Amino acid sequence: MLINDGIITLEELKKALPPEERYGKGPVAIIECLQDIPCDPCVSACPVKAIKMKEGITDRPILDFDKCTGCGLCIPKCPGLAIFVVQKNIAPGKASISMSHELLPIPLKDQMVTLLDRAGKTVGEGKVLRVINPPAYDKTAVVTVEVPEEKVMDVRAIRVNAGGQP
Amino acid sequence: MSRNTEVFVIGGGPAGLSAAIVAAELGAQTLLVDDSAKLGGQLIKQTHRFFGSSNRDAGIRGISIADKLCEDVKNLKDRLCVLENTAAVGFYSNNEAGILSQNAYERVSYQRAIVCTGATENSLAFENNDLPGVYGAGGVQTLMNVHGIRPGQKILMIGSGNIGLIVSYQLIQAGVDVVGLVEGLPTIGGYLVHASKIRRLGVPIYTSHTILSALGETQVEGATLCQVDDRFRPIPNTEFDVECDCICLAVGLTPLIDLFQQAKCRMVHIGELGGLVPLHDSSMKTTNPEIFVAGDASGIEEATTAILGGRIAGARAYESLYGSNDKVEQIVAEAKEELKTLRSGSTGERIRWGRERVLQEVGAC
Amino acid sequence: MTSLRIEAHPVLEFEKKKKVRFFFEGKEFEGFEGEPIAAALHAAGVKMLRRSPHKNRARGFFCAIGRCSSCIMEVDGEINTMTCITPLKEGMQVKMQKGHGEIKP
Repeated sequence: MLINDGIITLEELKKALPPEERYGKGPVAIIECLQDIPCDPCVSACPVKAIKMKEGITDRPILDFDKCTGCGLCIPKCPGLAIFVVQKNIAPGKASISMSHELLPIPLKDQMVTLLDRAGKTVGEGKVLRVINPPAYDKTAVVTVEVPEEKVMDVRAIRVNAGGQP
Repeated sequence: MSRNTEVFVIGGGPAGLSAAIVAAELGAQTLLVDDSAKLGGQLIKQTHRFFGSSNRDAGIRGISIADKLCEDVKNLKDRLCVLENTAAVGFYSNNEAGILSQNAYERVSYQRAIVCTGATENSLAFENNDLPGVYGAGGVQTLMNVHGIRPGQKILMIGSGNIGLIVSYQLIQAGVDVVGLVEGLPTIGGYLVHASKIRRLGVPIYTSHTILSALGETQVEGATLCQVDDRFRPIPNTEFDVECDCICLAVGLTPLIDLFQQAKCRMVHIGELGGLVPLHDSSMKTTNPEIFVAGDASGIEEATTAILGGRIAGARAYESLYGSNDKVEQIVAEAKEELKTLRSGSTGERIRWGRERVLQEVGAC
Repeated sequence: MTSLRIEAHPVLEFEKKKKVRFFFEGKEFEGFEGEPIAAALHAAGVKMLRRSPHKNRARGFFCAIGRCSSCIMEVDGEINTMTCITPLKEGMQVKMQKGHGEIKP
């Protein structure tokens, strides 16, 4: 359980997930923010206004999956680093996941990195597809990695073992 | 030597900076003293992005918020005098206070004082808790994020409030191995997104656990942990050791209140606010009508609410000297609205309760 | 063992300061000018800064902001110096003070 060990169970995650058919329409954000905390930068980060709070800023964000384009601009703005963008079926059996990465080294495109699940356990290796780290992101890089499709709901962090940008 | 000022602000953290900025902006001659070498209080150690409303600094790193406030201070230098490395050491009668810098003692004559002294870190009772290598979370942040030195190679964190969770993440960013986070309660105290952030980087979170002792002779070499029952009593035969070279305590803060007591402000003990705090009304005025309070000294909360409380105190202190105007009312109304929003919801429950009690106690006296 | 000094950080940049020599218990050490004495000692691996006067317990720094007095040492002959907030200078003589220390005339 999230509240006991910091690990979101798939059951708890359900309310943040898009309907299965949404994945067929391209990348989509998953906001793993399940607690009513006073925070709202994701709302103004979304260029298509797909993120809303029910009432005040202490509600949890609700994403309109139809409006979401999966652009990922909300990812680096989340102080909780809780937003991920998932794209399924990028190649047979392959999906991609984009996430914030605020640790050194920052990986390079095409580099192989260790994939970690929500408990920090190694679930395999994946190739870095994209690294976005412009000044506007203020040192929160957004890294997209290729993962086996069946692992895309498990992988939530990476470990860069060597190389990369210092 | 002595100095004269209309508004005297003690403490250059988020609350004090904001109070001084508002008082000076409105037109009061203001003096700000801070006992450290660099203004910003705890903000200068906060590398993480802040929560809160994007109308006020949410999504921005604490260090950038400090820079912004310091920039405002610089732009007001005609009316706002700043003394760094200077501690306020006491209040006298006749609206006088003593300040002490490296080698000089001076008196300050003020009309209103806004005391924003912040808080001190709590310790925790366990065997060997005085060993070198047992540090406060603020101390760890200072060493690591201000001076660029890691507290150790392997650290054990005690406390799962936001400070424990956030500092654990900062330690990982600095290249320290966080070997575990210990929490006596069965549930995590801080925001769960912060907990998930360190958990997925491999930090075990031991809820319903406590630290029994630090191991080592002249410095920390490990710690013994054990499980606790629902009344925080250690459960026999659940002890285990972890290897670490430092232990970080993030077990809460206590308001720093000596100056209020000296100024004969009435105090009240409110556990939800961290202990003894000076009684104050919604204008942040204490029971001594010349003394205002803001920030953690008025009740332990966090930097954004400290900024807002400071703005209210600055505006009301000015008002008490020069009378009100539209700008004063606007600053106060905006800050109050933002505070209400930030404190709403389930995570703000304790604070709401504590703040309500302060107002009730003020009403009763 | 890797150094405790942070060489690269994902968010922060640390200003490079001038290297200075100082002495701890007569032994020569290196640190950076202006950083707190306790920080320089910590980076050099010195964690015990004194022993408590009554029970002879090891003491290191705790708060790092000049509040708790855990880090007091004798610096250039002056006892009870809070080393966590006292800037390091070239040639400083830093010593563990004995007991409560001795105020020199």
